[in-house]
Amino acid sequence: MEQLDYDVIIVGSGLAGLRTAIEILRRDNGRLGIKVALISKLYLMRSHSVSAEGGTSAVLYPEEGDSFELYAWDTIKGSDFLADQDAVWRFVHLATQEIRLIERWGVPWNRREDGRIEQRWFGGLSFPRATYAQDKTGFFEMRTLYDTLLKYDNWDRFDEHFVTSLVLDGNKFVGFNTIDLKTGNMRFFRGKAGIIATGGNGQMYRITSTASSSTGDGYGIAYNAGIPLKDMEFVQFHPTGLVPKGLLITEAARGEGAYLKNADGERFMKKYAPSKMELAPRDIVSRSIMTEIREGRGVKDEATGIQHVWLDMTHLGKEKIEQKLPFIREMGFKYVGIDIVNEPMPVRPTTHYEMGGINTDIDGKVQSLSGPIKGLWAAGEAACVSIQGSNRLGSNGTNECLVYGYIVGNDVYNYILKENPPMPNIPAGKLEQEQDRIFSGILGKESGGEDVYQIKDELKDTMEKYVHVYRTAEELETAVKKVKELKNRYKDIRLTDRGHTFNYNLQHALELGFLLDQAEITAFGALMRTESRGAHARLDYPKRDDEHWLKHTLAVKGADGPSFSYIPVRITMWKPVARVY
Amino acid sequence: MTRVRILRNDGSKQWWQEYDVEPRKGSTVLDLLLNIRETHDHTLAFRHSCQMGSCGSCGMVINGKPSLACQTRIADLKSEPLFNDTIRIEPLYSYPVIKDLVVDLDDFVNKHKSIKPYIIRKNPEELEEAPMEFRVTPAENLNFIQFDYCIMCGLCVAACPTVSLDPQFTGPQALAQAYRYIADPRDEGFNERQSILDTSHGVWRCHFAGSCSYVCPKGVDPAKAIQLLKREILKRKFVRGKAGASVAVVVQPEKSISNAPKAPPLDFKMEADQHE
Repeated sequence: MEQLDYDVIIVGSGLAGLRTAIEILRRDNGRLGIKVALISKLYLMRSHSVSAEGGTSAVLYPEEGDSFELYAWDTIKGSDFLADQDAVWRFVHLATQEIRLIERWGVPWNRREDGRIEQRWFGGLSFPRATYAQDKTGFFEMRTLYDTLLKYDNWDRFDEHFVTSLVLDGNKFVGFNTIDLKTGNMRFFRGKAGIIATGGNGQMYRITSTASSSTGDGYGIAYNAGIPLKDMEFVQFHPTGLVPKGLLITEAARGEGAYLKNADGERFMKKYAPSKMELAPRDIVSRSIMTEIREGRGVKDEATGIQHVWLDMTHLGKEKIEQKLPFIREMGFKYVGIDIVNEPMPVRPTTHYEMGGINTDIDGKVQSLSGPIKGLWAAGEAACVSIQGSNRLGSNGTNECLVYGYIVGNDVYNYILKENPPMPNIPAGKLEQEQDRIFSGILGKESGGEDVYQIKDELKDTMEKYVHVYRTAEELETAVKKVKELKNRYKDIRLTDRGHTFNYNLQHALELGFLLDQAEITAFGALMRTESRGAHARLDYPKRDDEHWLKHTLAVKGADGPSFSYIPVRITMWKPVARVY
Repeated sequence: MTRVRILRNDGSKQWWQEYDVEPRKGSTVLDLLLNIRETHDHTLAFRHSCQMGSCGSCGMVINGKPSLACQTRIADLKSEPLFNDTIRIEPLYSYPVIKDLVVDLDDFVNKHKSIKPYIIRKNPEELEEAPMEFRVTPAENLNFIQFDYCIMCGLCVAACPTVSLDPQFTGPQALAQAYRYIADPRDEGFNERQSILDTSHGVWRCHFAGSCSYVCPKGVDPAKAIQLLKREILKRKFVRGKAGASVAVVVQPEKSISNAPKAPPLDFKMEADQHE
């Protein structure tokens, strides 16, 4: 197998991966000559961060009443008190410089008349601090970071390399096994430091706003290497997914004044969050929509039978929509054939974000049950620090990528500068073992008759039906059982495509393996957590239970499924109180 | 049933293959391709990701026109006057084909890189620390934001007749991006880019066929950007004193009064600058 050595290897080329790469290269500026490899299973610039729409929160206008305390409070209350407060405190301070730095690098933020950066309202905020560039904020941030990275020389891009496993030597990072999709050959990347920035896993679900690339690969390789995944039962359902597929309709639509209406034309949020209305946090709005649908006040989509509510922007006027929500209008035209200036949009909750992730400390260093993994970091949605707790506020995802790109980039740089670590030794047999697993165990396997896409289909239906916004023990048990059955059938898959060049059949099989594990962890973790908190709403345990459950879940791979343990939440600013909006 | 004809390629030969599939109401070409791959033929190779016209992965030639598969609805294809009951899909023109609809984008991304697509300042320190933002008015934003919509899907290059004749031509995508940065009031890098753009394979090779703008799925209008770029180069060469966009200045915040709510008092005492 071909082997490549780099000082730093970053897996994932979304906002977190790009920001980390830039931070390392600009801090180094040729001093140590740190060589970075940036690996993506897509082409660079295709990562799902481009689909982030509404905004990136930061305190820019303290003179107008915003403050770090207020931002921290909004985030912590929004998280239903599961966020680690020391991490949030640091995070809210660093967001400001990120907004201004990427402004200088080219992000076309919307501006006030006097040329200063404009901000707008988002759900769960006490001050309009969502900084935005039209309704394509993540896209413009990606463009800017990608272009800025092109200034630097000391990095190599490895587009379309699929990472199959993480190699550790005890509690030390060694490297990543990958398949070069273009040739079908395996390549091993060895490095002094590794960063996992692979995003989330929304593809477990049928109706999702996530790209087909969001298959939890980073979670998968970490979990298979014995690293705990934290708080995976907290899956965010974005309230406004466009029917039927669940494409993202930004929260900024409601930030700009859009209404949610049921079949009777009633603004139903007045029953659930009378002060914040449509701008309550996402978990609350998603539950409200599902309650309306369950109680018979939903609208049935004629073509698909999917139940939904209406997102009404017709009172906003054409000018405001063109200036602030042009992409949403384009999506209306292209995907449902309506003009949102004149007609409401059919929406329902859609799987959007994984609050959980790879267990890290406040610096993004990956933590196993027996202490830190030396030389390994995680950032962005792939990581769980935890900033987002049990419910992420809208406009807090892109800035976690930026802030943690900065933090991790610096931490990695300091690690190499101060410790001058040697290239690690590769444990004997590890690479051959992986090559056998992929080529003989999956690609060349002649036995078995199960189909990758059939299993994936059933997985999506299972999660959509039984591990959704509202959950019960009975449904979650059904899901765990079904996923176990699918995992068994997965052992019998057989590929039709036996080729080497762009064998997507093989890639999808490997992704499915990751997703099946994560579905099991999600459903099982949700079954264990006998309370309702943030995005995890149990009909049979409708109250938050701080006495027993103010703690993070850790799932570690066992012989027969995940084994769970729990660690405390760091409460350094505010004690939990009732969460009312 | 809808018949889909796909020009396939295994690296050594190419052939047309036909599939019959049933589109649902609102289906896109990407939906049909996914359906084909998942239920008819697992070996069919094509790129896709976000499914909402943002990532630029699924560029291909559909019924003769370079298009994004995720944004091309079957119903719209069927309503075209020359539609003859078959959807014809080919890999993007002017790119080397690797497998089926997957093409080699290396030359494309290298050309983008060649025009120095990033903010250049005379004092590079200004890009390393940012205590405050540059002042850019909404009107100044409008000078370049349209050209910043580029998702690097490569359709414009596939449609460009000049690219197909002159492989060294910088191409509509990269030239439009050069203009995006030059028109940005924060940028001071015109001179550094001029030697790349002001050449016979640069802006002057474009003869304004306009097909790039016709196929652009994001309304970037590269043809317009290239004409503006030509004008900018001529202006800076021959009209002294009128050159260039205004350079952005760092803002000074103004004091004002607030009635925003306050966070509740802290339950725990924090050390000053605990984590700053």
